[in-house]
Order: sequence, then C-alpha cells, then structure tokens
Amino acid sequence: MTALASPASPGVPLRLRLAARGIDGTTLLVVPALLAILGLFVYPFLYGLALSLAPKAGPFYGSYATFFSDPFLRETVWNTLILAVPTTLFNLLLAVPIAFRVRLMRHQRLLTTILVLPVTLGTVLVAQGLLTYLGPQGWFNRVLLWLHVIGSPMKLTNNYWGVFASLVITGFPFTFLLTLSYVSGIDPALEQAAATLGAGAARRFARVFLPLLVPGLAVTFCLSFVQAFAVFPSAVLLGAPAGSTHVISIAAYQAAFERYDASLGSAIAMIMGAVQLVVVLAALGLRSLFYRGPVGGTKG
Amino acid sequence: MTMSMATNRDPSTPRPAPSGEALRLAGLRRDFGGFQALKGLDLVIRPGEFIALLGPSGCGKTTALNCIAGLQPLSGGTISLGERRIDELPPEKRGFGMVFQSYALFPHMSARRNVGFGLDMQRVPRREADKRIDEALALVRLSAQADKLPGQMSGGQQQRVAIARAIVIRPPVVLMDEPLSNLDAKLRLEMRAEIRRIHEAIGSTTVYVTHDQDEALSMADRIVVMRDGLIRQTGTPEDLYERPEHADVAEFMGYRSKLPGRVAGTAAGRTTVEACGSRVEVQARQPVAAGQPVTLMVRPEDLVAGSSGIVATVRISEYRGRAFFGAAQAIDGTELFFRSDRPVSAGERVTLGARPDQILVFPGDEA
Amino acid sequence: MIRDSGIGSKLWRTAVWAVVAVFVLNLLALIATVVIDSLSTRWLGTWLPAGFTTHWYADAWDEFGLTDVLVVTFEVVGAVVLISGALGVTAAYALARRDFPGKRAATLVFLLPLLVPPLTYGIPMATLLYRVGLGGSFWGVVLANLVPAVPFVVLVMIPFIEQIDPRVEAAARVFGASTPQLFARVLLPLLLPGVLAALLLVLVRTVAMFELTFLTAGPTSQTLVVALYYAVFASGVRAGQEVDVMAVVYMVTTLVWLLLALRFVNPTQIVARSKTQGAH
Repeated sequence: MTALASPASPGVPLRLRLAARGIDGTTLLVVPALLAILGLFVYPFLYGLALSLAPKAGPFYGSYATFFSDPFLRETVWNTLILAVPTTLFNLLLAVPIAFRVRLMRHQRLLTTILVLPVTLGTVLVAQGLLTYLGPQGWFNRVLLWLHVIGSPMKLTNNYWGVFASLVITGFPFTFLLTLSYVSGIDPALEQAAATLGAGAARRFARVFLPLLVPGLAVTFCLSFVQAFAVFPSAVLLGAPAGSTHVISIAAYQAAFERYDASLGSAIAMIMGAVQLVVVLAALGLRSLFYRGPVGGTKG
Repeated sequence: MTMSMATNRDPSTPRPAPSGEALRLAGLRRDFGGFQALKGLDLVIRPGEFIALLGPSGCGKTTALNCIAGLQPLSGGTISLGERRIDELPPEKRGFGMVFQSYALFPHMSARRNVGFGLDMQRVPRREADKRIDEALALVRLSAQADKLPGQMSGGQQQRVAIARAIVIRPPVVLMDEPLSNLDAKLRLEMRAEIRRIHEAIGSTTVYVTHDQDEALSMADRIVVMRDGLIRQTGTPEDLYERPEHADVAEFMGYRSKLPGRVAGTAAGRTTVEACGSRVEVQARQPVAAGQPVTLMVRPEDLVAGSSGIVATVRISEYRGRAFFGAAQAIDGTELFFRSDRPVSAGERVTLGARPDQILVFPGDEA
Repeated sequence: MIRDSGIGSKLWRTAVWAVVAVFVLNLLALIATVVIDSLSTRWLGTWLPAGFTTHWYADAWDEFGLTDVLVVTFEVVGAVVLISGALGVTAAYALARRDFPGKRAATLVFLLPLLVPPLTYGIPMATLLYRVGLGGSFWGVVLANLVPAVPFVVLVMIPFIEQIDPRVEAAARVFGASTPQLFARVLLPLLLPGVLAALLLVLVRTVAMFELTFLTAGPTSQTLVVALYYAVFASGVRAGQEVDVMAVVYMVTTLVWLLLALRFVNPTQIVARSKTQGAH
C-alpha cells in the first residue's frame, strides 16, 4: 500500500493513488453525514460565536461585558456550578460502590432496566412527578412524618433541593450505568491475583481497581457534569428560576428568546460551553496522571 | 543451580508458612446450583511435589484449583496444610502463589511492581523486597525487562512475570492454572522446562492444572486424572502411561484403537481374545474368564502392520518421517490406528498386530 | 469473583443494597404518583386519592389536542429516524471499513454533538434556524433533532460493522455480486439487527429530546415532551390531573419503544453509547 502511495509516480492514475490512501467510493459515503453535522452543528456554533461578538450596540465584547457586569446574570455561573458539581460528585460517589456490588449480580438486567427509565423519560417528566411526590402533601414528606423523622413537611420543591433531587434521579442512573460498564470491563482475574498475593478487599480496591478505574471515572465525571451543568427544564419547573436556581441556561434562553437579544443569548451559550470545557479539561488533565491502557487483562 | 538457589535463601526472613507441609484435600465438594463440579475429591499432596491435575475441560480441575486458592467457597470437605485447616481462610490469608491462565498481570504496574505486589502486601521491608524481586526476576530471566509494562511484553515474558510474582512471596504451594495454553507451540515447550527448573529451584509444592497430557507427563512428579468431578487415577507419569486403570484414562494417554472383544480362553498367564474377526493374544492384568466381554486398547505406534494379526483395509495413510501412520477399518467396522514401516496406501489390505504386553484389557465394553 | 464473609463486608454490602433500594423505591413512587394522580378524583392530604376516575383522560385529550401533538411527534420522530438512519449507517460503514486521511477529525466531528449538551449548542442553532426562516417549522425541528441523532447512529454502528468480517463482502464480490446485489443480499441482512437497534434508540431519544425541540418548535410543530413542559409550566391553569394525564401518555409513548429497544440492546448501551465498549 505504502509502495503505491509514497512516490508521486505520474504513471499511476489519480483514482488508484487516492484508493491507495484509502479514498474511494466507499470513503465518500461519509460525506453526507459529515456535511449534515458541519452544517447543523459546527456552522451554527461558529455563527453563534460571531453573533456573540456582534452586540446590538457597543464594542465587540459588549455582550460578554453585559453578562459579567450584571450581577443577576453573572451569578448564574455560580448558581449552576453549586448545583452541578455537588450532584455530579454525589452521583459518582454512590455509583462506584454500587457498581462494584452489581458487577457480582447474575441478573443485572432488571436493575439496569429500572435505572434506565429516568434517563429515557427525561427531566420534564421527572420534574412533573417530583412536584407532586416531594410536595408538602406528597408521599415523600408523608413517609418521613409518619416515621417521625421530621416534625413538619420539608419544603423540597420550587427551591434548590427540588432541582438537586431531579439531578440525582436522572443523573445517578446515567453515572451508574457508565461506571458499571467501566467496572465490568476490568478482568476479574486481576482481583483474584491480588487476593492470592495477600491483598484484602480494601487494598484490592485501592491498589488494583481504583488506579485502573480512574480514567473511566474521569470520563464519567465529565459526561455527567456536562449534563448537569446544562440543567434547564427542572430548574424552571422544580426550582426557583428567578432566585437560587436561576441557572445559566435559563439566562441564555431568556436573553435569546424572551429579550430577543441574539448576541447576548449566544454569548451566554458560549460562556456556558467555556465553563464546561474548563471543568472537563481539568478532569481530563488529572486523568492523564494515571495509567490509561487496556484493563481487560493482559493477554497477548 | 538448584542448590545455589536453595542456599541463597535468607533463613531469618519470615515465610508465610513453613514449607515441608502436606496439602490435604478431603471430600472436596463444590456445587453450582444443581451442577456438581466436584463430587468429593480426596488427595494428599506431598511437600515439594509437582502434581498435575489432568483432565478434559469441565472435569472440575480448575474448580479444584480455585477451591485450593480460596477463590471459590467449598460446598463440603476440608483443605488443610500440615495440621492447619485453611478452607475457612480468604484467599489473601492463605499465602499461596497462583499463576493464572490469562496471567492477570496488573496492567498499570511495571513488571517489577507486579512482582513486588505480594511483598508489598506482606509489608516486607523495602531493601529486602528489592533483593527478592531481583532474585525472582533473575530466576525467570527477565532482569532486563523489569521496568516494562505488561502491555509492552510478549506473551512468554508476561507469563514469566506471572510466575515470578507467584513465587517471590515464597509460598508453600504454587498453583498454576493452564499457564501455557495462551502460548504458541514452540514457546510452550521451552516454558515446560523453565517451569520445571523454577519448581526445583524454589522447592515449593506445585499444583498444575492442564488438559494436555504431554505437559502433565513431561513435568509432573505425579498426575491426577480427573473426570466429571472425580479422580479417575493417580500415579506417576510412567504409571499412567504404561498402566492406565480405565479405558477413558487410556484413551487420554494415547491408546487410540479400541477393540471390542470376547475372551476365548486363558492359559498360563496368556489370554486369548477374539476381536475384529481374529484371535489376539494379550496379557490381562486382572483376572478374566472365558466368554467375558472385554475392550482391548492399543497405541498407534504399537499396532504394527506385519505378517499376522487383524485384517483391515487402510483408509488413510500419512508419512511422518521414518514410518507411516494410518487409520484402517477392520472387517467388523472397528477403526484401528496403526504404524507401518513400509509404504501403505488407502484401499490396501494389511494385517495389524501388537505385542501382548502392549495391549490393555478392560473388562466389559467400558467407555 | 471473590465474596468476603467478614462482618464489615456484610454491613457494607447491606448498606449498598439499602441505598439501591431507597433509590429504586423513590423512583417507582415518583412514577406511581403521576399515574395515580392522573386517575384520581381528588387527592389532597391523604395517602391515596378519594376516588378513581378516567374522565381526566378524555378531558385532557381534548384540551391539549393530544391527537395533533401525537401525530406531530411521530412525524418528527419518523423523519429523524429515517434521515439519521440513512446518513448515519452509510457514514459508519465508511468509517468502519476505510482508513483515510482526516478520519480522526471526522470521528471527532461526530463525537462532539454527543458530548456537548443540547442546550449549549441549541441556542445559536435555533437563532440561526429562525434567521433562515426554518424556526418554528416542522423541518426546523427535524433538522435540530438530527444533530444528536446522526452521530449517535454513526457511533453505535461503527463497532457493529467492524465486527462483520470484510472477507464476507470480498467473497460475495468474488462470486460475482454487483454493488446493489452485495448491498441487498449480503450487507443489509448482516447489518439489520444493528441498524434496528440503533434506530430504536434514536427513536426513544428523539421522543424524549426536550431542549432542541423546545428551542426550535412553534405552536404547530411541538412534540409531546414540549407540550408536557408547557402544561407543567402553566399548571395553575388546569387541574393537576390533566397534566398528569399528559405525563402518563408521554411515559407510555416512550416506554413502549424503550421496551422494544431493550429486546435488542443492553440497557447500559443507552447511556454508555458504543464508545466505552470500544476496547473489545
């Protein structure tokens, strides 16, 4: 193959030279889908970037300046982080030990099917359900009252905790299923080997599983965080959208489609993307300190 | 070399358990739901012995090994090392070394750190550990590769890291689960000698699981043939090769031709059996009576085409250097595997015979 | 697998299962709340409603125009499934079978829309769709939903196609199959299970895709999940039971397809996509 490709021999027809580099009719099949994504995703994104730098009035950075000078807008970054980071970590900390147990189960499918429900149903439905379920008359408060855990109903909707609950209900299964797929990918013989060499359960986890799992957990953290950071419907329906859960996506939506300031809306979307990128890069940067090869055993 | 390794050992260093203790398996049972993988295994493994558990897949040999290691709980029976019962101990408290079929090297650790893992777990002081790791790596001839990750090593090298990792903790018993099955044929032969050499160098008891009878015959002091969760026969390689006690063990040991027959008569230690339409003289090891149905078994290299014996038609003949080996069909349809020193070809008629002491006689039409 | 039998590990195990039980119980109770409320005459301050009725279903069906909403939903979803299937499977085939310059870049382009949350890229995209006059229209909604759907099909199909031995295709060629024959007689039957699974997953995800549809839909092009959002948003206006009726209708619509999809794929795949299993 390389023999054909390397010399720029004029005698070989272009079609063959291209084919030698892997470009032929079959390769062209990638073009329609690629064009679709370039047109519908990449171009709009660049368009949004340009739009964000072309405010209705003022200098090119005007929309960004507006965002950072208005405390109500500026605080959305904090409001969103204080929701997204704790829920993501909470979900991840729960997911790891549970995944280690579920890995040993022979009939995982029922559990994974139940857990995939909230992911599939989505945040709108979960928000509607939680409004009643966590409400002052809902089963959740009633059970706690009945058990005398609390003296009077807790306020769990239309505030921070409502959104927190919704991010756990939809976020935990997502985090868990990802973690499970990483945990199951580790060769069980590694654990057996560690055991025969004298490592108890805690040290097997700390010395063998954890180092192998960290790269996967970093990816899981990133994907889960990015989802949580874009929280929108539940923050509106289940939170206090004008107060503590005035998250960045609400600000972006309101700017673009309620105040019709496309430039500011795009600018906020860009800021949203930038914050996500920073956190993801930080997580992946930490990951690069760990081993990142195959974990499915060392055959061949 | 054996001696030097043995004397190299520092007598002051603590060992997980003193060597020189027998490993006793008594009535070992292991059930998986309704399936009985082990149906009462009794075996005493002498200190320093190299024992092979041999059998076809599904015979329970790997289950037995995992039970000894503590990786699977017993459904019944006991395991003891010397006077101590160990079947209640979790694997990490048994102090056995184990070599896995897939090697199970920790992919995120260098060869050196893989080997040092067990010493680390025992909190062996750093300098002592370093010394022992160096010795172990030297023993498996991998000193130069010590800092490589498993992913950067060949299968044979990974295999040797796995062995070094298992023996560096100076275990009273080393367990090996088909350690050569992932290697190519040439490497497999080399590693056989290597494993045997290491076994002699460290002097610990070795339990070696395999389905390859050549491997078992060439390496083990004693072979335990298993089938359906039970021991069929235990003995030295010579015992098993020359004197298999059951037809299935014989088949496993290379007695390929199986002739159904009937005892025609016995006289002065000589027995005549009628099989495949002719009379065959055999030496029965157990008493048989005239008229009793028996099965005769012969190895291909012992059943030779000559001037007298069973008449058969050659179906296949292959030249394998020096001699021809082939399959032939007797008049009654029995398939016979034979050797011939002169060229024979398919369709040709041959007469096949063997020395009486090379023919095994099993009562009935067993197996 | 090693199962420890010490007291500490027993306690730990119990604690872990207790957390799982609490989570699953809350989840099921949350779903039950919605279903029971949609069937209740009145449910205030008691464990269970005062009585049961189905009349909210008739009421809500008319008031929310659920027939129209369902028709729009299935039209949108159908279009997205067909288009993303055609684009995605062909692209996946090229990516699985050929090694060409720029392949890594192309793969990254397909990966990004799955990694960036819809709301982040949805706002500039919706703005653009409105500028070109597609905002609020049926095709605007379809185009928006293609953004996550096409890459999803591509990434699910790549490993599936890779595990089909290319020599099978070579053999068909040797025996004289033309390209259309090769496609119809060899490739299609081999690819069908994978395509079916991928498309069912796209279907479920598109039914449930709120953000992109919300940003691009107009009054006549909204899908069920967006209609549900507006109903919850304005929940003071109507009886709560009617909103829950809508929620139940939405749930049933999603779950039917989910259960169908689960016949072909492992639940983990819905979340983990194919990326994490790529090592095999």
